[in-house]
Amino acid sequence: MSRKVLAVAEVRETSLRNVSFEAVAAAKTMAEGGEVVGVILGANIVGLANDMIHHGADRVIVVDNERLKQYTSDGFSQALLAVIDEEKPEGIVMGHTALGKDLSPKIASRLQSGLISDVTDIECAGGNIVFTRPIYSGKAFEKKIITDGLVFATVRPNNISILEKDESRSGDVSSITAEIKDLRAIVKEVVRKAAEGVDLSEAKVIVAGGRGVKSAEGFEPLKQLADVLGGAVGASRGACDAGYCDYSLQIGQTGKVVTPDLYIACGISGAIQHLAGMSNSKFIVAINKDPEANIFKVADYGIVGDLFEVVPLLTEECKKLKIRT
Amino acid sequence: MNIIVILKRTFDTEEKITLSNGQINEDGAEFIINPYDEYGIEEAIQIRDKVGGEVTVVTVGSEESEKELRTALAMGADKAVLINIEEEVSDGDQFTTARLLAEFLQDKNPDLLFSGNVAIDGGSGQVGPRVADLLGIPFVSTITKLDINGQKVTVVRDVEGDSEVIETTLPLLVTCQQGLNEPRYPSLPGIMKAKRKPLDEILLDDLDLEIDDVKAKTKTIEIFLPPKKEAGVVLEGELADQVKELVSLLHTEAKFL
Repeated sequence: MSRKVLAVAEVRETSLRNVSFEAVAAAKTMAEGGEVVGVILGANIVGLANDMIHHGADRVIVVDNERLKQYTSDGFSQALLAVIDEEKPEGIVMGHTALGKDLSPKIASRLQSGLISDVTDIECAGGNIVFTRPIYSGKAFEKKIITDGLVFATVRPNNISILEKDESRSGDVSSITAEIKDLRAIVKEVVRKAAEGVDLSEAKVIVAGGRGVKSAEGFEPLKQLADVLGGAVGASRGACDAGYCDYSLQIGQTGKVVTPDLYIACGISGAIQHLAGMSNSKFIVAINKDPEANIFKVADYGIVGDLFEVVPLLTEECKKLKIRT
Repeated sequence: MNIIVILKRTFDTEEKITLSNGQINEDGAEFIINPYDEYGIEEAIQIRDKVGGEVTVVTVGSEESEKELRTALAMGADKAVLINIEEEVSDGDQFTTARLLAEFLQDKNPDLLFSGNVAIDGGSGQVGPRVADLLGIPFVSTITKLDINGQKVTVVRDVEGDSEVIETTLPLLVTCQQGLNEPRYPSLPGIMKAKRKPLDEILLDDLDLEIDDVKAKTKTIEIFLPPKKEAGVVLEGELADQVKELVSLLHTEAKFL
């Protein structure tokens, strides 16, 4: 059964986050031949619409409103509900990001619909759209279907392959006016702590440090390696508890669950709670002084050694290779 | 202040997950209060101790959840409510849970509600925001700081590492993120006192809801474990050579760099 599916984009600064295109790809599967309608909510965003079409959306609707410049639950839900009211979609998909996690349950509640959150794979099987998602922080997975009403899901960044970009694609871009009013929670200030690096949840490469990093300064060589690889720096709970870094960097069962293409664990022993947050990474490298460390059990490649020797060497080698290629 | 904390009984984070007959095997597993809900309990107790009022912890589950409710009482909550759906509702989802909680809460006039930003088992993170929506009150998710001044509330919200300072008002629901506080352990006197604190059990019938009103909108059709990862290669030789080998492996095998 083909259906019309809204793919809700996410704007960061002046461009679309990658997860927007992952949502489009997800919507394509969910639509089963039906129409994929991109939705962009924000301020001064009309120029971004074609990027969604190039990535597979059939057309795009924008709600361009100064009051959507900063995300708020009330503002964005009013805008999205206005689009839903106009379009009457049979499916909706967005990223399982800070924004999507906040917005999607509110919309689902409004529409009295089901919602399958944090999806890592989507397929059509036996007349159903089947969503795969991690449970128990990735220690297990479940396959879920919607049994009643709207097919609504959020997709975990970095898991759904985006469709090949085709700049020759064209489609209609239209605008919906929504009244954004009575915002009950106002954002007074945004403190950018993560701004200096790449977003952990979307990072293709993560260099993470544990207790073995020994101090806040000890993260410096990890940052340099992450910079060379275009990646982000993360941490184990041990490193956060010890005050070496902010909890916003914590990867694990409490903390962030990440699935980068490459995960480099430095001085991390590999407690089960940490593994829950990263063991689904595509490639794992472990660097640890202790040859018995648990982390080696999940690593594709391991180096037994002092991270303060290994990491700078690794940074140099990566630089050399980058110059050669 | 009338403070409500929504909590969930979950597997201990130390537990390994196994399956039996296609379901998660719960035999012999240790259970705990979902760690993110514990932040809510702690924050609620601190606020009550400062401004007065009452902390009620509520969960949707089965009789087994009484243990976690007692733990919350031992930490310092005043009352506990178990919405016991074991007999009537099987295969509920987040729609089900939120509907039950909202129905229970709608005439309780809470000023402030806490829930975890996510439960470490199901991991959907939907219930808190859904309850707030059903109650018609604002919510702020993943908070790491909360200040109350009369009806005015200032919260700090974690947004993937960045922080937003948000101003809002009571009544309010917040979902808790790590960093909000350090949850206390129940003290021995606390554990003794908890035995005498009220723990009410509520059934679907008491809530003016029919089974169809809370019928799930989603269904789990399969549970599986991730393919077991084989231990990889631990490199050998001089450190500098190991690093060279690693980079070349990442380049050729993992198609990196």
